[in-house]
Amino acid sequence: MTNLAAIGAGIAVIGAGLGIGNIGGKAMESIARQPEAVGDIRASMLIMAALIEGAAIIAIILSFFIR
Amino acid sequence: MRTKSIFRVLFLLAILISSFSHRALASGGNDEPFNSGEAALHHIADAHTFHLFGDIYIPLPAMIFYDRNGGGVTFLPSSASFDIGHHGNGNLAIDRYVLKHGVVQRIKDTNFPMGEVKINWPGGHDSHDHASDDHAGHDHAGHNHDTPKKQTADVDSPGHDSDQVFYNGKGFDLEHRTTWDGELAGGGKTSYMDFSITKNVFTMLMVALILGLIFIRVAKAYKQRDGQAPKGLQGFIEPWFLFIQDEVARPMIGEKHYRRFMPYLMAAFFFILGLNLLGQIPFFPGSGNASGAISITIALAAFTFIITTINGNRHYWEHILWMPGIPAWVKIIITPVEIMGMFLKPIVLFIRLFANISAGHIVIVAFVGLIFVLGESGKNALGAGMGVIAATLLTTFMMALELLVAVLQAYIFTILSASYIGAAVEEHHHEGEEAH
Repeated sequence: MTNLAAIGAGIAVIGAGLGIGNIGGKAMESIARQPEAVGDIRASMLIMAALIEGAAIIAIILSFFIR
Repeated sequence: MRTKSIFRVLFLLAILISSFSHRALASGGNDEPFNSGEAALHHIADAHTFHLFGDIYIPLPAMIFYDRNGGGVTFLPSSASFDIGHHGNGNLAIDRYVLKHGVVQRIKDTNFPMGEVKINWPGGHDSHDHASDDHAGHDHAGHNHDTPKKQTADVDSPGHDSDQVFYNGKGFDLEHRTTWDGELAGGGKTSYMDFSITKNVFTMLMVALILGLIFIRVAKAYKQRDGQAPKGLQGFIEPWFLFIQDEVARPMIGEKHYRRFMPYLMAAFFFILGLNLLGQIPFFPGSGNASGAISITIALAAFTFIITTINGNRHYWEHILWMPGIPAWVKIIITPVEIMGMFLKPIVLFIRLFANISAGHIVIVAFVGLIFVLGESGKNALGAGMGVIAATLLTTFMMALELLVAVLQAYIFTILSASYIGAAVEEHHHEGEEAH
């Protein structure tokens, strides 16, 4: 069961990595297009990354509790 | 010049870390493989003592209220009274309470004598051998008396992690400590009330004191130097303050209401930042993992939840309970989801802070644990040396990353709190758009 939980945590991290990578990439792109909006883009990027991270963290914490 | 200071930092860190390798070699011949996961979890846990180095511990007030002899409530004055020994294990049991790894735990068995009693711990070399000797002698006597066989049988397999203490060769089980879920998810729940000033509480008091001193000075400076450019400490704090005010509170909550919530947002930001940064320091005043303790982040998120809920206007509750502008059958599906979301938002808030800070600390302890893994617990001096080099480089990198995370997580907690509060006090947009 512990091994399965570790695999689950790994899958959750893959999902979060894809999501955060996408956000980061798109944010870079939009900063390159509109450098004057860098402040707004950075703030929303961090919030979105935090929300995605939240989903991944819940998965990891759940896999900690399954022993 | 810059490379020089980097090397200086690396050198200091290497000295600090190689003290661990000394310990790894000193404990040579330990057959059990080093379990870095276990060591990491034990290092980030809360404790009733403050570990300095080696076997030197600073005792903290252990205020444990318990029922003595069925009547009246009494408490233990300090964790020093347990006679703290090797690994933070107390050599004395007081009224069936013991100190294990610097944490007070209770002995379940009511056959254990009250008062101050000398005890032995499993795992440690001398204490374990001593326990076995006692056991052998006890077994001989046990044939004559009718000793309960169950208790003596436990002594034969004292695993390193077994939750037991030994007294007169008998093993006594320890009660599990209360976990944040209160035995709902398989954790423990203690039968006593613990109001101790533990390591985490000490860290929080410390941060509160530091913040109080800084902000009282800065506030005085603003009064005295009215209209002049900020100077010194004032000049250091002002950008942080203005950043939270102008980049977090104002856009998230709105021009009309943001001033009301500034005290909470500022307190949350600087308190979390202080806890994170103090937790980064690996020795005495720091090292408390307070923002990585789930009970503390739960309390912080609870403040956000309460403030959001009591400040929610009609518009906010309407959107949760009976979302306007959609068909009735969709409303029946949406309403439970919205109510769940109301609780889920603060839950994710506390889990995020807890997990990010704890994860950083676990990784650092795991990197330092490389010394023990590569050194094969003291059998391989060359491996331990390699471990010191690897651990120094990796830990330096991780500490730098954790500095970023410390600021980022304080910022994210504040901005998400502000956005939840902002959603609760937001004015109705539709009328505003029609007026344009």
